[in-house]
Amino acid sequence: MANPAPSRSGNTPDLSGAFRSRIARPPSKWQRGSDIAFRWVAHAFGAGVVLLLLAVVIEVMRHASSAIGAYGLSFLTGSVWDANRSTFGVLPHIVGTLYTSLIALVIGGFLGITVALVLSQGFLHRRWELVMKNVIELLAAIPSVVYGLWGIFVMIPVLRAQVASLSKQFGNFPLFSTSLNGPGILPAGAVLAIMILPTVTAISREAMAAVPPRLAAAAYGLGATRWEVIFKVTLPTAAGGIFGALVLGLGRAFGETMALAMLVGNSNSFGWSLFSPGNTLAALLANHFPEAGAIEVSALMYAAAVLLSITLVLNVIGSLIMQRATSGLRGLK
Amino acid sequence: MITDSEPHASKPVLSLSYSVTNFRTLMDRALTMFAILLSLAALFPLFSVLYMLIVRGGALISPSLFSELTPGAGMEGGGIGNALLGTLVVVAIASLLSLPLGLLSAIYLAEYGTESKAAVVVRFAGKVLTGMPSILAGVFAYAAVVVTLGSFSALAGGVAMAVLMVPTVMLTAEQALLAVPSKMKMAALGMGATRTQMVLRVVVPTALPGILTGVMLALARAMGETAPLLFTALFSDYWFEGNVRAPVASLAVLIYNFSGSPFPHLVKLAWAASLVLVSLVLVLNVIAQVVIKRPTEQ
Repeated sequence: MANPAPSRSGNTPDLSGAFRSRIARPPSKWQRGSDIAFRWVAHAFGAGVVLLLLAVVIEVMRHASSAIGAYGLSFLTGSVWDANRSTFGVLPHIVGTLYTSLIALVIGGFLGITVALVLSQGFLHRRWELVMKNVIELLAAIPSVVYGLWGIFVMIPVLRAQVASLSKQFGNFPLFSTSLNGPGILPAGAVLAIMILPTVTAISREAMAAVPPRLAAAAYGLGATRWEVIFKVTLPTAAGGIFGALVLGLGRAFGETMALAMLVGNSNSFGWSLFSPGNTLAALLANHFPEAGAIEVSALMYAAAVLLSITLVLNVIGSLIMQRATSGLRGLK
Repeated sequence: MITDSEPHASKPVLSLSYSVTNFRTLMDRALTMFAILLSLAALFPLFSVLYMLIVRGGALISPSLFSELTPGAGMEGGGIGNALLGTLVVVAIASLLSLPLGLLSAIYLAEYGTESKAAVVVRFAGKVLTGMPSILAGVFAYAAVVVTLGSFSALAGGVAMAVLMVPTVMLTAEQALLAVPSKMKMAALGMGATRTQMVLRVVVPTALPGILTGVMLALARAMGETAPLLFTALFSDYWFEGNVRAPVASLAVLIYNFSGSPFPHLVKLAWAASLVLVSLVLVLNVIAQVVIKRPTEQ
């Protein structure tokens, strides 16, 4: 790579020595060419990520199109899934998804926000805060299928022993109208709660940590106790972020598949009892796809499209809430 | 002791002195106890899972577990060797597909796109992909690969997993690249380096620990995923023999298939496979933590 020695007028100092050394010299033609090429490659791969998302959406929609054409909106309101009669409806699965996710959100949200408070409001020594934060993150590292296995052999037997008397005594109350004979809505929701706990904890902890300390300090200065500060200052100020955490947790719960496929019971009907078996959209896909024929595959693709739309909308709403919540605090700092 | 109901106060005045029997103090204490007890309760499932894994899964750990094929229904013995190898094969395919895309798009975001509208769209697509349920990656791979090639295959499993790895790799790598001090970049450009030279010789090496952390976390997440493999890689009772167009076994699908088995021995193998899988995932997480520590110490 030859560097053309620059011809210079007499006044400027002779820099040719500097240009001859390896570190400081103008780029050669090859270097300039490769620079442009690399820039184009990077741009192309950036576009590739967008194309990947589009490909996912288009592929699912393309394969679902025949089912969408054949069943239309009655697919969403039908409650029978029978491949032999080519009748497909996902109403029980949509309701089941909402039901298990709501149970998970109530339990996991309450626990998650409490843990986030303990981790962010100075209850523990810094070192223990860090230990506990890492342990909670471990919960997220355990694969869904392992939670399913644990649910089958630990959660369900424990719950069965606990709730047997509930269904006996309060059998006419719709939530307890059947007995828990194995997989069901409640064990699925409970395990799901454990799985969304790390998400809710991490995001709401961030929201609480973003509350300007001088707001809390002002309340302390007025004589408030710690929990008065939490209820009257921290939680209201961080409410936007906490709400976003719950929405994102709900998004996670909707898409969670394996633990539910193993614990929810895969019954294609729906009952209000917490102890009856049910089904969810994701579990339907997991259980029916491997052995589905062509017509059922198309119906499953339609179900996948429904799941995709629901989670997309939820995630976008959750991200928007998070953005607004964090930008709203900016002026306070 | 001064309390809230001092007689000389015409209306209730908040006391400045601390009293243990004050209602507000008691309430504060009670809530603190309650919150800490709830937090400990939240940790209980984790310890229960780990305990069960070690007790039930640990019982079967032996060299033959890793060297033998999965047994058929009702048979004793056997191992999970083919599933372990299969998991590694699928994850390797997924890495080959996802790492170049994830890393180069991160370079685009951090160095070329930055705040442009196109970059905002790319970043948004990444975030949407992160939030997408993992089973939809499986549905996509089924539609794009299984239907096209006409059979379940290791390749389809790899494609499904790659879809899940790309956004994690991209978003963490972007953060790592952005953390490189702009002084270093300016210095490189000032020395006459082209932008490409600056990126490849200064920015990427400096950001490498952060990038590797993202890769490790993406690998750990991919390894545990079951849903995208169920109807793409399927399962196989035989060793992987280099044919990526044939179905392949994996630890995750093994756990799912054997968990519902009426044969106690297969359930035991599911626990052993879970122990191996969780160990792999945790080791990757620990490596990620150790790697990320390095730059902060410098």
